[in-house]
Amino acid sequence: MLFQDIVFWVLSVLAIGASLGVVLVKDLFRAALLLVVVFIAVAGFFVLLSAEFLAVVQVLIYAGAIAILIIFAIMLTRDVQHGNLPNRFQIPAATLAAVLLAVLVAVAVDTKWDLLAGQAQSRAQAVQTSAVRTLESPGDLAGLERAGFATEDERTAAQEAGLADLLIGDFVLPFEVVSLLLLAAVIGALALVRPR
Amino acid sequence: MTLESMMIVAAIMFCIGLYGSLARRNVLVVLMSLELMFNGVNLTLVALAKYVVPVGIEDNIAAVLTGQVFAVFIITVAAAEVALGLGIVFAMYRNTESVDLANATELRN
Repeated sequence: MLFQDIVFWVLSVLAIGASLGVVLVKDLFRAALLLVVVFIAVAGFFVLLSAEFLAVVQVLIYAGAIAILIIFAIMLTRDVQHGNLPNRFQIPAATLAAVLLAVLVAVAVDTKWDLLAGQAQSRAQAVQTSAVRTLESPGDLAGLERAGFATEDERTAAQEAGLADLLIGDFVLPFEVVSLLLLAAVIGALALVRPR
Repeated sequence: MTLESMMIVAAIMFCIGLYGSLARRNVLVVLMSLELMFNGVNLTLVALAKYVVPVGIEDNIAAVLTGQVFAVFIITVAAAEVALGLGIVFAMYRNTESVDLANATELRN
């Protein structure tokens, strides 16, 4: 638990400091590199929250694809020398952000979260770390039993619970819609940058 | 590391992104700030998925992963948004020779 806390604080400082850097640093290129630091820190948070698959996706898509695209855009637009200028809404924007932050923190602290009890927590943990159905071997069955899956049906259900099954099971319609959205976005981007 | 501390970190990231997207003139910085906001939201969703489980987990054990499914969709939509956003940035750069939002006045009457 102590180790987790240390990792959490290191990642928090890294993420928040790099986020501030993205917004405030004058050099655009450095800002983009700090954005990569934010993405990797968030991937670390995902590992802490036992969402390993999302951590991998975060590194692949955000740090790998999106950050590189943005760096390419910065280099191609040759507007780097102007740097990161503020506009005249600086004070209202800062006020709005500070007020929103105060509200969000108050909500997060004040809300009585219906947190999982110890037993339910270990059950959820057993499912969450099996994002892509890793609980196949018989040895894990004992672990599932310890985690509170008493009956055979429950253990089978916990074994079959996985992110992939949920994605193409319960959420298959949003999944298809989002793939259509990606296709439309790519075609739209091509149409936008096509030379006339 | 509790749910509250995780959500506060995510809220700070979201608000930094909000400030950046409202107060900066360079359109690429605005895009990067949008990515910060996406990441804050994703962090909140995954943290909630770990510590809070929807009612009805007894029926569908996989429901604890719902927050992670939402995060997957958000990452996909963010990728589409960046592709389109950079397309718009390039179109704007071709027309006005700058990526300064103060020069993006074509729709002004």
